[in-house]
Amino acid sequence: MHFSLQCSLPPVITALCPQSKSFSHEPRHHRIKKPISHVPKSPLCSTTERALIHQCIEEEEEAFDGRVEDQTLPLGLRREALPRHVAVIMDGNRRWARLRDLPVGSGYEAGVRSLRKIVELCCEWGIKVLSVFAFSSDNWFRPKVEVEFLMSLFERGIQEDTGIFLRENIRISVIGDLARLPKAFQELIINLEEATKNNARFQLIVAVSYSGHYDVVQACQRLALKAKCGLIEPSDINESLIEQELETKCTEFPYPDLLIRTSGEFRVSNFMLWQLAYAELFFAQSLWPDFGEAEFLKALLAFQKRQRRYGG
Amino acid sequence: MQKGGVGEKMLKFLFRVVRFLRKCIFSVLSVGPVPAHIAFIMDGNRRYARQHNLKEGAGHDAGFLALMSIVIYACELGIKYVTVYAFSIDNFRRRPEEVECIMNLMLEKIELMCRKDSIVNRHGVRIHFSGNLELLREPMRDAAKKLMAVTANNSNALLTLCVAYTSTNEIIQAIQKSCEEKWVENQEPRRVGRGPINLLEIEKQMDMAIAPDPDIVVRTSGENRLSNFLLWQSARSYLFSTLALWPDISFWHLVWIVLNFQRNQSRVEKKNKQV
Repeated sequence: MHFSLQCSLPPVITALCPQSKSFSHEPRHHRIKKPISHVPKSPLCSTTERALIHQCIEEEEEAFDGRVEDQTLPLGLRREALPRHVAVIMDGNRRWARLRDLPVGSGYEAGVRSLRKIVELCCEWGIKVLSVFAFSSDNWFRPKVEVEFLMSLFERGIQEDTGIFLRENIRISVIGDLARLPKAFQELIINLEEATKNNARFQLIVAVSYSGHYDVVQACQRLALKAKCGLIEPSDINESLIEQELETKCTEFPYPDLLIRTSGEFRVSNFMLWQLAYAELFFAQSLWPDFGEAEFLKALLAFQKRQRRYGG
Repeated sequence: MQKGGVGEKMLKFLFRVVRFLRKCIFSVLSVGPVPAHIAFIMDGNRRYARQHNLKEGAGHDAGFLALMSIVIYACELGIKYVTVYAFSIDNFRRRPEEVECIMNLMLEKIELMCRKDSIVNRHGVRIHFSGNLELLREPMRDAAKKLMAVTANNSNALLTLCVAYTSTNEIIQAIQKSCEEKWVENQEPRRVGRGPINLLEIEKQMDMAIAPDPDIVVRTSGENRLSNFLLWQSARSYLFSTLALWPDISFWHLVWIVLNFQRNQSRVEKKNKQV
């Protein structure tokens, strides 16, 4: 029912990612500030308000950096209309292997190559955050051999590619119930996150042992503890407090603008439930190892055409 | 007078024939798995009004008729739970005139549904309101409570109207209630708090705890997003998007939705067996 994938990046990223431009070191939303007068007054949904404020600021930034950077984008893609945060459910690796009479491990490896390509494209095209659903809480029920294989694949990937992340200014964050992972793997993750925490060009969030329900429950437990200690009242709990406790607090852009699911399955499968409230959903028929630049471009072009009204 | 009587009899006969044909088709559909719960994001009412050059509110009026039709079809097919996204908390950001128009329309329709001979009562449909009803004006709140009371004994199906609702608001309210319960436990001298809040405790406090998780979430008018609807409950739901505007949704759309669901279910079962 679910997919699983390891997340290692190849040396080829060095050659493919564009050089940093001298004018674009600041985070986009800090560059131009203008009083926003037409943001709705309703205090009832802070998520929507923040999304609208970001949208207004980005519209102001169009002319500033659009002209010079557009040459790196494929025809049809507009930089100002790119999603800041793309989330991907990488489904179809095992099916891909079965269709070719290959062992399941080959499917995962093919999926890794696909992930590398998408990470390169995100860096090249200026997408700031990519979240991938690598291993769901439900995946623990898979055969033990398969789970162990995946864990070792993850560990190897981290060990091999740390240098690349540092060199390419990529920040890695791992979210999920990490206490269930082997101790050595947990330490690797902590070290990698620490080593890359100041990298600002691109962030790859890898969801391992994760589920949307788990994320909300752990946020709730933290808040309940604060309430128990008298730091807050239960009635103080609001969207903003929950957002601050969700696992996606590790990023400046916690809400995906676009969710892509491959392999023709039309479900969210318990991935980032809270954070996907207003995300545009794109369902691709191809299996994840076959999801390349052409398919990614199709998803981004479809995203550009969507009219996001946030209930207004 | 006789002519009118004959005409009326013909019409009734025609309705019976159409209903019989519908039941035949539903019997065929029932060979496969029938969803227990379908949720609808009723999108496209305003666009419908614009397309047909109707005045503001007429699109939502047509949308209500579509809703009643879907409720009838759901009862005939044996779908026990239908949930609809009638009015989001985000919709309060629309123009005040539009919000006022929608609220007045909802009030009018609620009063209509309270009648003994209303479609919901004739088909044994219980109504439940999900959402932050405190955000509504008192007459609307009272009307909603009255409708819930009037239909409380209906047991054929449950129609949940999500009004002044967002999923994030629902989750926050559930968390607040869970925390308050824990807080009270901790205050009582002889009782010790039972440990951290868990998933089941939060789910128990949700407005939507009255129904199982939806098997299918349908969005009309071609958009592909959940717009803060049933985020918690739709974690594993089959998501279906149709280009039809909500007032245009028909019996055939429902048949197509259920067929696609059945095809997807057999694929999921096959995939699970291969794990």
